[in-house]
Amino acid sequence: MTLDVRQWSATYGADSKPRMGFFTDTSICIGCKACEVACKEWNQIPTSIQGFTGNSYDNTIALGANTWRHVAFVEQRLPAGVEEGASPVEASARAQAINWGVQTYQEGDGLRWLMASDVCKHCTEAACLEVCPTGALFRTEFGTVVVQEDVCNGCGYCVAACPFGVLDQREDDGRVWKCTLCYDRLKDGLEPACAKACPTDSIQFGELAELRSRAERRLDQLQSAGQRRAQLYLADDENGVGGAGAFFLLLDDPEVYGLPPDPVDTTRDLGSIWGATAAAGAALALGLAAAVFGGRG
Amino acid sequence: MSVDDGRAATWEGNPVRSYHEQPVLKKPIWTWEIPTYFFTGGLGGASAGLAQLAELQGNGVLARRAWTTAAAAAAVSPTLLISDLGRPKRFLNMLRMFKVSSPMSVGSWILVAAGTCNATVTLNAWTGALPRLRQIAAPAGALLGLPMSTYTAALVANTAVPAWHEARRELPFVFASGAALSAGAAALITTPPAYAAPARRLALGAVVCEMVSSMMMEHRLGEHARPYKEGLAGKLGWARRLSMVAGAAMLHRRGESSHLAAAGAGSMLLAGALAKRWQVFRAGVQSATDPGNVIGPQRAAVERGEGHGAVRR
Ligand code: SF4
Repeated sequence: MTLDVRQWSATYGADSKPRMGFFTDTSICIGCKACEVACKEWNQIPTSIQGFTGNSYDNTIALGANTWRHVAFVEQRLPAGVEEGASPVEASARAQAINWGVQTYQEGDGLRWLMASDVCKHCTEAACLEVCPTGALFRTEFGTVVVQEDVCNGCGYCVAACPFGVLDQREDDGRVWKCTLCYDRLKDGLEPACAKACPTDSIQFGELAELRSRAERRLDQLQSAGQRRAQLYLADDENGVGGAGAFFLLLDDPEVYGLPPDPVDTTRDLGSIWGATAAAGAALALGLAAAVFGGRG
Repeated sequence: MSVDDGRAATWEGNPVRSYHEQPVLKKPIWTWEIPTYFFTGGLGGASAGLAQLAELQGNGVLARRAWTTAAAAAAVSPTLLISDLGRPKRFLNMLRMFKVSSPMSVGSWILVAAGTCNATVTLNAWTGALPRLRQIAAPAGALLGLPMSTYTAALVANTAVPAWHEARRELPFVFASGAALSAGAAALITTPPAYAAPARRLALGAVVCEMVSSMMMEHRLGEHARPYKEGLAGKLGWARRLSMVAGAAMLHRRGESSHLAAAGAGSMLLAGALAKRWQVFRAGVQSATDPGNVIGPQRAAVERGEGHGAVRR
């Protein structure tokens, strides 16, 4: 069973807007957490500092009900600068690497520090939205996925359905919360608070189509500078969630940043799930009948 | 300064790269009410079917008791579900829409309809009220009991949790046999042995089906079966096995001659069915919170060239 979710703009008619999103270029993230702070302030989110975690400079651990932007910090021992196996051409490009902003290394001790600001992916095939029994989760005219706080009854289905572990229940509130891509600001023609606050433009906001072509150019640039592990994550429609409103440029595999390497919308398997459920129901009927009528005499 | 290379979680015995060993998925927030409801929903659903068939066969004694069990279970179930909600007062929002993509939505409607039917039939059975309505309510309740017993498997299978999602083909059968077992076991307790032959056959047959379908599920799950065998889920699995075998043995030996023995056997079998739902629930929690369990198979799929294309270099 496939759900035709790409048609949402039609339901808004004349009010529909181009699909808006985030391109998070982690190669220029400096880990300042301005996005986390701006998000909290604008959306009036309760505090979520976990204290000292020991996980580098990370003190919010993961996305959750009270963390809608999460900056990940990864420390790796890698040869600084150009990666092993780079060609002479790539090696010579290293001279320009600093100008291109790919030099996130600590020179000298071979320590590489990766930083990345994570957020809800605003999936095209959003499992959270599809499983939500109340309709609290909905698709906006910008193509984003938002929870209506006046409808959510805290059933928790979306929490288990999201393949990225984005949603969570807020304690002493009972409802689930997540990034709204600043729906209120978008309606007023403003960019989301995190993108506005990001001092390096690691978080870029705009029309998804435009952001995607920008990301391709950036990937080319990094790879020609010898960043062989540089990769785009969710940057087109060919993936398990049918594309995402928030996608990323990473310098290592997604799982290193806490992102699943092959996320899939669970409702893609809805056909086999309901099929097995119906078959099991029929088997139950047969079993009951056999027990009642199958006796001797 | 701590240096984290992101290796430590495991899959198939091999290290898996992760972010400080943090889980990728969120832990399901459902509390004790939900696995308990999986049990009561199955008990109520299958009891309605048993009652309707017993009635057709002319076994009114068994039918009346099974209808009562069905009605009681269908009354307890929504209470459990509502108390699990983060905002219980908003439970009616469940009926704002009907969504096939949400087994919870489908299930809410089934539960409302089945509960109404079972209550009507039970009221009629003991007081004789609403005779006309009862004629429709009985077969409707029995039919609704079938999806009521199995949709909860669809509910957990339709999530990102590996131990549940990967078991999507077998879980409904495990839940169906558990429901049949619960209905048979409850009838053993409530019904005098002279009228309980169908319940005995149902309980014994269901134990076999439950064991076989669970074994097939774990076999096909392979490495994904690990959460079912480890930790609290593993212990619950053993508790279930023991109480089912003991219950079945007792039923087989003395169930026909002594109501007391049958009731004892029924209680053990009910405990086994309940433990199974808890085992499935706990296995899901364990698998969601283990980063190796989530990242490992996804990375392996990407390496095999069977990924869905999230990453592009
Ligand atoms: S990332 Fe999770 S919460 Fe965000 S739209 Fe996708 S499924 Fe929903």
